[in-house]
Amino acid sequence: LFFAFANEEKFSENGWMVYNPMSEYRRQGLPNGRWRVTFINEHYGLCDTYPSLLVVPYNATDDDLKKVAAFRSRNRIPVLSWIHPETQAVIMRCSQPLVGMSGKRNKDDERYLDIIREANGQISKLTIYDARPNVNAVANKATGGGYEGEDAYPNAELFFLDIHNIHVMRESLKKLKDIVYPNVEESHWLSSLESTHWLEHIKLVLTGAIQVADKVSSGRSSVLVHCSDGWDRTAQLTSLAMLMLDSYYRTIEGFEVLVQKEWISFGHKFASRIGHGDKNHADADRSPIFLQFIDCVWQMSKQFPTAFEFNEQFLITILDHLYSCRFGTFLYNSESLREKEKVTEKTLSLWSLINSEKSKYTNPFYTKELNRALYPVASMRHLELWVSYYIRWNPRIRQQ
Amino acid sequence: QEIHIKEPIEKEVNPRLLPGELLLCEASTVYKYIQEDGSNRGTYGKLICTNFKIAFLDDDCASDDNEPQFKNKIIGENDITLQCVDQIYGVYDEKKKILTGQLRKYPEKLIIYCKDLRVFHFCLRYTKEEEVKRIVSGIVHHSQTPKLLKRLFLFSYASAAPNNTGKYGRNQTVMFDTLEDWRGELERTKGNVKYKAVTTNEGYRVSEKLPLYFVVPICVSEESILKYEGRGIPVWCWSCHNGAALLKMSAFPKEQDDSTSQMQKAFLDGIYKTISKPPYELLKTDDLSSSLPSLQDIQTAYTRFKQLFLIDNSTDFWATDVKWFSLLESTNWLEIIRRVLKKAIEVAECLERQHTNVLLIEESATDLCCVISSLVQVMMDSYSRTKSGFQSLIQKEWVIGGHCFLDRCNHLHKSDKEEAPVFLLLLNCVWQLVQQYPPAFEFTETYLTVLSDSLYVPIFSTFFFNSQHQKDTNVSGESLKTESGPFRFLTVWDWSVQFDPKAQAFLNNPLYAEKPKPEKSQRKTARFKHQRQLSLPLTQTKSSTKRGFFREETDHLIKNLLGKRIGKFINSSDEPPNSFREFYDSWHRKPVDYHGLLLPCIDGPEIKVWAQRYLRWIPEAQLHGGGTIATAAKILDLMEEVQSLQVKMDEEHSQVI
Repeated sequence: LFFAFANEEKFSENGWMVYNPMSEYRRQGLPNGRWRVTFINEHYGLCDTYPSLLVVPYNATDDDLKKVAAFRSRNRIPVLSWIHPETQAVIMRCSQPLVGMSGKRNKDDERYLDIIREANGQISKLTIYDARPNVNAVANKATGGGYEGEDAYPNAELFFLDIHNIHVMRESLKKLKDIVYPNVEESHWLSSLESTHWLEHIKLVLTGAIQVADKVSSGRSSVLVHCSDGWDRTAQLTSLAMLMLDSYYRTIEGFEVLVQKEWISFGHKFASRIGHGDKNHADADRSPIFLQFIDCVWQMSKQFPTAFEFNEQFLITILDHLYSCRFGTFLYNSESLREKEKVTEKTLSLWSLINSEKSKYTNPFYTKELNRALYPVASMRHLELWVSYYIRWNPRIRQQ
Repeated sequence: QEIHIKEPIEKEVNPRLLPGELLLCEASTVYKYIQEDGSNRGTYGKLICTNFKIAFLDDDCASDDNEPQFKNKIIGENDITLQCVDQIYGVYDEKKKILTGQLRKYPEKLIIYCKDLRVFHFCLRYTKEEEVKRIVSGIVHHSQTPKLLKRLFLFSYASAAPNNTGKYGRNQTVMFDTLEDWRGELERTKGNVKYKAVTTNEGYRVSEKLPLYFVVPICVSEESILKYEGRGIPVWCWSCHNGAALLKMSAFPKEQDDSTSQMQKAFLDGIYKTISKPPYELLKTDDLSSSLPSLQDIQTAYTRFKQLFLIDNSTDFWATDVKWFSLLESTNWLEIIRRVLKKAIEVAECLERQHTNVLLIEESATDLCCVISSLVQVMMDSYSRTKSGFQSLIQKEWVIGGHCFLDRCNHLHKSDKEEAPVFLLLLNCVWQLVQQYPPAFEFTETYLTVLSDSLYVPIFSTFFFNSQHQKDTNVSGESLKTESGPFRFLTVWDWSVQFDPKAQAFLNNPLYAEKPKPEKSQRKTARFKHQRQLSLPLTQTKSSTKRGFFREETDHLIKNLLGKRIGKFINSSDEPPNSFREFYDSWHRKPVDYHGLLLPCIDGPEIKVWAQRYLRWIPEAQLHGGGTIATAAKILDLMEEVQSLQVKMDEEHSQVI
């Protein structure tokens, strides 16, 4: 099958040990009086694209969860991603509600969102960030999806973040490739770059993540993030917001945990998005969503050169092995499939390679700062094309 | 050793004045907006205008507890030197109107755009009408109307603080105002075999535009220098390790009179012939006025470019954000930087690989010639990448070289037509190199930024004269008046005037790959190795074919000289068309030698906006706790730690002994 299953490399570190969901939630101070760990999805019975271990409000029973699941696309119910150590406000993630054309309502979902809001003793409204552009969210009603309407959710306020879908991102990257390969566009470089919209999309993703982070931190309000299925844009937003709020994720190991948690365990469809072992290159499911996330991280590390323990090489290595199939880390679409294929037993983790040679990936200027929120400036004035990734094979382009 | 700042008598709102600084007018209860974001946040204070600066004095200065790490001792954050003012606008009923000259109506709001890209919004609504009148007309008059040279603050400052004895030693920066300095430079570059420093211009006998001392080919006679006031004479800039030299020449203006121009052409022919004979290398000429954008183009591009950074409010900032790249492109400024860098690479290729002398030609040889010759030296001579080397280079090519700083910066508001940011263009180009190859430079981008700011600080003479002659005559005139010893101006290169040691640390690059000092016995081999890394395989060797080529070239040259004007020969048909590209590509294929030849990358993605200079005052663009300065601060901390550990170790060591 994949080379990862035949790879006999030996490393001093075992990367599969890096992420343990239970210890990550403990690090966040969970479970506590208001949030509990549930094993309802132990055999992926509730949701086959979610991890087996989930954190949900203490006041919601497993039965409630099942009822909520019926009203959320692919049963991806709102679960906790991160809790603010001081404000106790949380970042929740999920998929869109199944509102449909007729504008269906679900009492259990409505009540569940209220329980979430109340969990940190919050009086103000729960903030819902729908990552999509408004029109896309409306259009989704035609296929049974939609968004939380004002009438049904009077205790919530909803904002659209205007981030486009996987198809738009794929086309944007294609255009970017055209202006840097085989030759770098000679004249009018800047307007060519602008016409790809790649950095504009980066800007929107970062802007969205800043809003999420700011709401939780300065706004002291819990937020719920979703897009359509909650495995592409949602993963980008929650993981970037967590990176801004929690300095642990800015360390090498913390970042590995972040990727394992928000992307791999929560079912970002790596197999479909990358197309591992699939020759249908025109597959509409393919999209550089994870690459876009890493690009956002790079932009942040560029703006805050001392805030990250890892260096650029770390990010490039992750991307190289996103495609290489040398490691099992990014194979398959979900945790349940990975379990079925015994990925952790039969393949090596990318983190084994990296953690065995940490110094290679360490930023010498890293300054450890605890509990400092890091907000990048999501302005084109500061965003730049990641030359040493996208144009690294061009001999005329200088490598750092 | 430092500037004497008078202690404020009343603690709170009295301005800190420099020696020779006079308070001209003031207005109280002026409201300064912190940020024009509609929130109207701000502070009340006094707005004053002196013969040096416009300043806003916060009523509530107690809040200024958190002293910034990097601070200018002369110019505070709310100080604007009169020369730093770019444009002044008044707001009348929400409408912006530019303020110049006489005013009939006084505005309720004053917006000052500065040349260092700061923007100030002052609300005058709560100020007494009389004071509004006085302060507005005072500010407009003193910063926007034509001025006499002698009215520059420079003079009052120098006469009031005669104790500025220029303690700043000559050992660091070579000022190039003596014959010895030029001889030293010739020796350093081993140019003294074929070139000589001349005293012909002593007493400015040749020209007031030329420096007192300069260097010409040995074969050039004194008569020919005197003949056309130095025009048509190749003036030496620098010699390459292989003996090829970079020269510049002030061209003859286009003559109406035929016989005059015939004579001039004959004169030039003679000069070319003399300096084309062995031992001189092949000669290539490059008329920069036709091969580079004009000063007008440069001024237009920069005017558009800087406008992008003079942002009134947050709404404007975000409204222009999505179209940012096309806006940038439409200014053409980055493209001009690219073309200038490309030209410098072409010149470097001729010197380095083709072994030819390059003669840069321009009408006055004091604008684009300065840009190209400085850039070529920064790229080819690692000494120019040290702080003192770079400063000496600026002295050599610009200050003594006769760049008209007064006119180009329009310091005296004499004529907008003469204004062009030629020196800023150089700094922008050097910044590209600094950000592409940080370890190759002893100085940082912060150094370049504060240097660019210093263009508008009239306590240093460096950037406030058009020529050495202008400075000399003014100094000698003033010296007669003062009795308390010689009249002396400060040089900008004494950074201690503006910055305390802690701030000065940000000017030095801690990651500079310092050149290992070879032992005397090893020097020869080291030098050889250096050259090999530096040079590319020579396509031509000194052989008879070269001589033939040489003659053809001269003939061709003369033919062209007899034509309408002097043509450009760089990239002429005699060369393989791709020689530039080949040179550029083959250099980039090799690992970088930080002490050798350094070629900038000029592909689109590599030419960037000098963010520190242009974005630093825009609140929306500020990276709190980030940016390149964060790295610099971290490194400085580490160095301090290493030093203190070293001290501890030494102490322990001495105790053991």
